[in-house]
Amino acid sequence: MYAFEIERPTTLDAAKAAIADGGQALSGGQTLIPTLKARLADPEKLVSLHNIPELKGISTDGDGRICIKGATVHRAVADGASGYPALASLAARIGDPAVRTRGTIGGSLANNDPSACYPAGVLASGAVIVTDRREIAADDYFLGMFDTALDEGEIIIEVKFPVPQVACYEKFIQPASRFPLVAVFVAKFADGVRVAITGASGEGVFRWTAAEEALSANFTPEALDGIAMDSSPMIADLHGDKAYRAHLCSVMAKRAVKNAK
Amino acid sequence: MPKDSGIGASSKRREDVRFLTGTGNYTDDINIYGQLHVHFLRADVAHAVLNGVDTSAAEGMPGVQRIFTGADFEAVGSIPCGWLITDRHGDPMQEPRHPVLAHGKIRHVGEPICAVVADTLAQARDAAEAIVLDYDALPAVIDMKDAIGADAPKVHDDLTGNLCYDWGFVEENRQAVDDAIKGAAHVTTLELVNNRLIANPMEPRVAVGEYNRADDFHTLHTTSQNPHVIRLLMGAFVLGIPEHKLRVVAPDVGGGFGTKIFHYQEEAFVTFAAKALNRPVKWTSTRSEAFMSDAHGRDHVTKIELALDAENNFVAVRTETYANMGAYLSTFASCTPTWLHGTLMAGNYKTPHIYVNVKAVFTNTVPVDAYRGAGRPEATFQLERVIDMAAHELGVDPIALRRQNFITEFPYATPVAVEYDTGDYHATMDKLIDIADFAGFDARRAESEAKGKLRGLGVNCYIEACGIAPSNLVGQLGARAGLYDAATVRVNATGSISVMVGAHSHGQGHETSFPQVISEMIGIPEDQIDIVHGDTSKIPFGMGTYGSRSLAVCGSAMVRAAEKVINKAKKIAAHLMEASEGDIELKDGRFSVAGTDKSVAWGDVTLAAYVPHNYPLTDIEPGLEETAFYDPANFTYPSGAYSCEVELDPETGHVKIERFCAADDFGNIINPMIVSGQVHGGIAQGIGQAMMEGCAYDSDGQLLSASYMDYAMPRAGDVPFYTVDHSCQTPCTHNPLGVKGCGEAGAIGSPPSLVNAVLDAINSGPGKKVAHINMPLTPSRVWAAMQ
Repeated sequence: MYAFEIERPTTLDAAKAAIADGGQALSGGQTLIPTLKARLADPEKLVSLHNIPELKGISTDGDGRICIKGATVHRAVADGASGYPALASLAARIGDPAVRTRGTIGGSLANNDPSACYPAGVLASGAVIVTDRREIAADDYFLGMFDTALDEGEIIIEVKFPVPQVACYEKFIQPASRFPLVAVFVAKFADGVRVAITGASGEGVFRWTAAEEALSANFTPEALDGIAMDSSPMIADLHGDKAYRAHLCSVMAKRAVKNAK
Repeated sequence: MPKDSGIGASSKRREDVRFLTGTGNYTDDINIYGQLHVHFLRADVAHAVLNGVDTSAAEGMPGVQRIFTGADFEAVGSIPCGWLITDRHGDPMQEPRHPVLAHGKIRHVGEPICAVVADTLAQARDAAEAIVLDYDALPAVIDMKDAIGADAPKVHDDLTGNLCYDWGFVEENRQAVDDAIKGAAHVTTLELVNNRLIANPMEPRVAVGEYNRADDFHTLHTTSQNPHVIRLLMGAFVLGIPEHKLRVVAPDVGGGFGTKIFHYQEEAFVTFAAKALNRPVKWTSTRSEAFMSDAHGRDHVTKIELALDAENNFVAVRTETYANMGAYLSTFASCTPTWLHGTLMAGNYKTPHIYVNVKAVFTNTVPVDAYRGAGRPEATFQLERVIDMAAHELGVDPIALRRQNFITEFPYATPVAVEYDTGDYHATMDKLIDIADFAGFDARRAESEAKGKLRGLGVNCYIEACGIAPSNLVGQLGARAGLYDAATVRVNATGSISVMVGAHSHGQGHETSFPQVISEMIGIPEDQIDIVHGDTSKIPFGMGTYGSRSLAVCGSAMVRAAEKVINKAKKIAAHLMEASEGDIELKDGRFSVAGTDKSVAWGDVTLAAYVPHNYPLTDIEPGLEETAFYDPANFTYPSGAYSCEVELDPETGHVKIERFCAADDFGNIINPMIVSGQVHGGIAQGIGQAMMEGCAYDSDGQLLSASYMDYAMPRAGDVPFYTVDHSCQTPCTHNPLGVKGCGEAGAIGSPPSLVNAVLDAINSGPGKKVAHINMPLTPSRVWAAMQ
């Protein structure tokens, strides 16, 4: 770790000012702190979003959407998002208890790790990411590995999730990191089915549109028979080759459909 | 009725009070006034000519005291190897120089090149980033078979090539084994990899060097399993410090698993630098450093052939193994794949002809050395896998095939130079079948299949050799040290006892189990007895803890010392009671005269020894303290039978371990609870090796599994509840306690049954039949094998 300053503002405005002044936002720190410890980043100033009441909490808006503030920790979502059980279940299975006690939804989405859990839930739900500057649709937000539509210094204030009729998140973990090796979030809405996959692709989370079409017509696991996942964009590493990951996309998607509720 | 103290009691581990309440004293807890901190700049390339090191920009940075490079250690000795192997042709192994800091050449990623000593660790790290290395990268040598090819780059330019030795055992048996295989009715051949592992003790390595200029006295605090071995190796071979000027302290150590046996460069560095700077110098490994500087384990590539006659009797075993040494010879690297592996190739079976060939190879990787089991897991895995494979090829029951070939008469001299003193392999197999409920397996398989899963059952036996072993024999085999151990029993005036032992406890529970033995012998409460270990200034010259040797070797020394104490105490008691020494009996902490009601308490006798007013001073000295050194007559030979049941998800390749059962014969047991704990931990490590852990390098020598993001360690949820039994007991015949050792059995005995079980599950299904999968059996490997 290199030496750095840290500010702990208690209002969003103070945080925005500190970040505008060159500070690096620090949310739960579950990626940033290990990065600092490994001396892979050298920010002069960190701005903690941890003590800002405006950035915490879960509510339901007038459209029935589950709205989760950006600095809400995974454990709070696991316990508090009962209106969207599949999303609560996703949050309950991120990392381990220590990670879930510190890690936040805004931090996860801003980082956009290609193996993170939340991006699958956000993309499959067609959620809206509300920042201090604008609203970004999930389909426009995820731009590739560790890349998002966020501008420099832009802060995630809230994420608004439309609640599907049924949904499920099926995760197959990488044995070492326990991140998803492949995980699939399936969400069935009145106007169709959305399927988002994380862990599998080097480009990060993506929608499996062929599966969405098939499932929108027939929401059964069998509807996915014969729909092959293209293995070429898949990640190949110590834990699985492209063919294995492509295969798991199909297996996990079918299980998500079967277990959706 | 279980005993509540003494031998056979499950006394609670007294050391756990401090471990579980955060009051232990680990090496990193040691902070000495005025200490400096060292950060090692380590190689990020695997193989390079190191032309020079420019430290000029770093020298003047804040807090920097001095920057050391390889040039500072040119006059310092090489980190030594403790065992000389003689090859098939009678020639000594090739033994390269192992410098404290790389000089002239870089040979593996993680090798220390510069050491920056500064007031704070952060300052040392800052300065290290300002050092400029001038090197020319060379092609790395990673694959062992490539490494001994004619055109392979040499890891050490001054050696003839990358072959350390080509060992044949027993070389004289080679032709007879070849002939037996040619004439056999059936030969099963298996080629396999015994996967490379990284030990990952919870506590990383730490070393703190101290120097007292007034006395010219050095102290090294270090995370070691054997402080006297470190004092010997570092003092005599590396730094040239006489023993009376060097103290090595290994306080609480948070797990060793073998990787803390060895003498490492960082220990020599802090000792050297403390004198050079006249300040204490401290190093604490980061987890990242541990991955690329702790000695790795296993890493064998093996071909084994098992020959059987027409009645399925084993007639011959022939093996050819490539054993990775890494870039340098670590302390016991050379003996692990030879004497700790070849001598076990008979296993539990009366195979008449055995030949073992081992080619040890230098590569541009971290040095490889002993890891829990050390050679014996490698032997057990290949033998028990090839037997299972033969059973399937021949269509016979794997257990029946094993039973048919069991050794049943003891002592038994194997064709690979060891003599098993005792054992009863049918008894442990019978016990296993009982505790594992094999009878219910078919019903459990049917339940799994109803869920779309495949269920498999795997079994194996194992034998190991513990308590390494007669010094005169190991000396003939190339050991550069004796392998006895020592204990001093110091009885205090009021009768309490301190026992100073050469063994080192870093998870084994010696502080609890050793007093149980003394308590049993004298009849005083266990809490009147304490164990002192881990400090060369306090303990007799003992060889430390590894190879499941502590109780069998050091415990025997303790018994011998206690016997001397008791004999002397009986003389004192006889004097006090005006009786004949031969009539004195010791029971429940009292000495009595046989056939009379006269008695004196233990404490009265010990007080008399230190306040010798009424004392036979003309016959015996005052005081009550005795030391014994114990050199075993043989190894001990624990054995057992293990089984595993797995449930396999054929869609994903994921394997869930449903049951694991172990029936062990450890001879006599001192503390059954501690023995169970040792077996549990060993099996967990076996599960790690078989299912999860895999150290991987790319072809450039970069360590791919360099953190917990990519190196999978087993967690609680990955292991089942174990059923372990150690009621089958054939006591060791040649040590006073009849004990055999239990520390490594779980890690040795478990991988074959895990792999056998997964293959049984796969082959019970409708799909493709699979003969073998190399460990670790990760979901992706299992799934790929099934396609």
